[in-house]
Amino acid sequence: MTTLTNATKASSANPVSRAFHWFFNRAHGDSPFKTILVHLVLIIACIIAIYPVLRVITISLRPNDTLLTTSLRIIPENATLNNYKEVLFGDAAKHRKSDFFLWLWNSISVVAITSVMSVILAAVSAYAFSRFKFPGRATGLVFLLTTQMIPAGMLLLPLFIMLARLKMINTSLGLIIAYAVTSVPLTIWILKGYYDTIPVDLEEAALIDGASRVKVFTAIILPLSTPALAIAFLFSFMGGWSEYLVARVVLQKNEIFTWPLGIFTYAQQFTVSWGQFSAASVLIAIPVMILFLYSSKWLISGLTLGSVKG
Amino acid sequence: MEAQSPFRRYLPIVLWAAAFLGLYFVLQALIAPFVEGISLNLKIVVERLSGVGKFLFAILGGLVLLEIYFYQIFFRQPRNVAANIITRLLQSLLALVVLMVFGYFLELTDLVRYGEGALGKLFRAPITAMASLDGFLVTAKIATKTNATMVGLFTVVLALLVIFGIIQWLSISRNSRLGLAYLLIMPAFVGILFLIIYPFLFEIRLAFSNASLGTQATKNASYGLIYGWENIKTLFTGNVAKDAKFFDVFWRTILWTVINVTFHVSGGMGLALLLHRPMKLQGFYRTLLVFPWAIPTTIAAMALRNEFDNRYGLFNILLNDLNTWLTNVSHGTASIIGIGNAFAWLAAHVGPVSWKQDPFWAFISILISNIWLGIPFMMVIILGGLQSISQEYYEAAEIDGASKIQQFRFITLPLIRPVLTPAIVLGVVWTFNKFDVIYLITQGGPQEKTDILVSSMYKAAFQFYRYGFTAMFALVIFVFLLGFTLMFLRMTGGLKSATD
Repeated sequence: MTTLTNATKASSANPVSRAFHWFFNRAHGDSPFKTILVHLVLIIACIIAIYPVLRVITISLRPNDTLLTTSLRIIPENATLNNYKEVLFGDAAKHRKSDFFLWLWNSISVVAITSVMSVILAAVSAYAFSRFKFPGRATGLVFLLTTQMIPAGMLLLPLFIMLARLKMINTSLGLIIAYAVTSVPLTIWILKGYYDTIPVDLEEAALIDGASRVKVFTAIILPLSTPALAIAFLFSFMGGWSEYLVARVVLQKNEIFTWPLGIFTYAQQFTVSWGQFSAASVLIAIPVMILFLYSSKWLISGLTLGSVKG
Repeated sequence: MEAQSPFRRYLPIVLWAAAFLGLYFVLQALIAPFVEGISLNLKIVVERLSGVGKFLFAILGGLVLLEIYFYQIFFRQPRNVAANIITRLLQSLLALVVLMVFGYFLELTDLVRYGEGALGKLFRAPITAMASLDGFLVTAKIATKTNATMVGLFTVVLALLVIFGIIQWLSISRNSRLGLAYLLIMPAFVGILFLIIYPFLFEIRLAFSNASLGTQATKNASYGLIYGWENIKTLFTGNVAKDAKFFDVFWRTILWTVINVTFHVSGGMGLALLLHRPMKLQGFYRTLLVFPWAIPTTIAAMALRNEFDNRYGLFNILLNDLNTWLTNVSHGTASIIGIGNAFAWLAAHVGPVSWKQDPFWAFISILISNIWLGIPFMMVIILGGLQSISQEYYEAAEIDGASKIQQFRFITLPLIRPVLTPAIVLGVVWTFNKFDVIYLITQGGPQEKTDILVSSMYKAAFQFYRYGFTAMFALVIFVFLLGFTLMFLRMTGGLKSATD
């Protein structure tokens, strides 16, 4: 007993040994060698995971004359923020305006509307799927699952022809419609999974007390499922946010480009400006990544709730 | 709570508003010197908002009218026989008009053609009526030419509301439990009808046509079984996009899917098992490892495309360094027979690779990219599954003397199966269909040697404009995927738990 306290005292006195104990956390019995090995593997995996991302930042910081280099330094020599300035505020010398904010606005307006619409539609119908045993329910659910098997480009062709006939090609409304295709069924599926986890007793008690179904839905279910609604919104938002292939087909005018199409104008075949491309990428990716990393835990629970139930 | 003064209750709101306003002014002051260089301006914002707002309003308005209509069918009972007759008459009339408009929509999008006969006239009747209403409104000076459509629509909505009012007045309420369910799924169903079912039918019709750029899509296209047969024949014996043959692309797709999913699952499983232990820095590692998933795919793919550049890309720089190192070592160890030769052999064979020109390495490059992108998703899913397993199982197994491998085989695997099975199914389907990485990195090149089925299909449609053929192609892929999924789910019984 006394030796133990002595040991603790000694370790707390000595910062090196304290750090050793903190790091190896000996309580659960892994040997130091194994712990080091695990950490080593994880560190290598982390480097592999983030290195390409760091490279984008590196390229965005390079001055224009050293864009092509075989150097592997993270912070390049003569690092400059010129690329960022040009992307954000245009180039006065070349009389070129910056379309960056325009693209962002186009993306936000299209994706936000799609997400809002699909969450509203799904919130209501998922409740029916979760609580009522109506004829056609199982068929409907399987059908919704089946829509996930539809290849990305499959419905794009008929939608494209449809939109062309309705004169909606090259408009944001056309893109909103095209995005809603994938986002509505998935949102229903996620929300149905979440409603299933809310105990039915709660509603039955309210119903016995004389509340109407509508009242139950708006006063009990909706407030309780705010997190799920947020997840569903985020999901369809993320789905549309960085979409490229559908947007490329539907939109052909620079003024209505979403940002994935927009930053590709930096990567045109003959005038590739990788510096500006990377700067724009960083500016777009950072907020999205922060949002994503912050919400990833809930995103996962939302995704698995629908399909995974023991 | 009730005693709270209004001042304190609204203080947070006021503060938030002030904060946002302050932020707005600060941003504006910051941006003001540069505003000349930015093409976005208030006019564009307002224009877009009003356009999108109108669209939303129209959709929501239409849905509300539809909901009222069905609400009255489910929840209202006419008072007496006369009311019953009037109500049902009005309702059938409305249904007929809606069907006619829908029929007109079918013709407008070229799914069917009624011709100039009576049938065509019938389906176009609501639209002609609408047009003449607009004309009447203009001549009666109620509306101007520019807003005639608006006012006309407004009149129609008003008329509909009057009809609904009459039905409401003629009836008493009744109860219907299932009615509510149908009312609730109605909006989504209408959405899915227009966005999925209708395009799907369109696709089937298109598959039996010769639509292409030459026929101006569907405008001059001819339909018939013979064209469907032609499309199938081309699909299996001819060229799918430009030169590629179906079965080459098909096997490549299988290879692509199997390799990707294998690496995703095993890599994700490995990392998840490493992370799932009481350990310091766990959250830190987890956050960093999720990076490839968090970064928008478009950006990640383009960044990786740069890294596969033959001279300036990361991979070839590293391979070059490795080659130099090997050469040096082989020079240094030249005196030692065997080792020196081995290094010389390695130096001769390991070195920079032409990622863009060599089909094999191009395929490896998209595989590396997609594996890098896909592992975090599986890792997080599996980690979630691992965390839901009670520690007691392992303690019991430990007491019984089970080895780590046995524990993994008999505890971990069976218990994360409910998580793993759907994740794998979804992973297979998504990977099978995922071609943005391919399209952005290699564009299927060189010579379409890295195309998979869906990317060939995309090219056939939007680069070579072979619409009818593409539709048949898409149907074949869809049937294949559906078959796979149903088989897999039947085998694992995963569907039953999901639908009950």
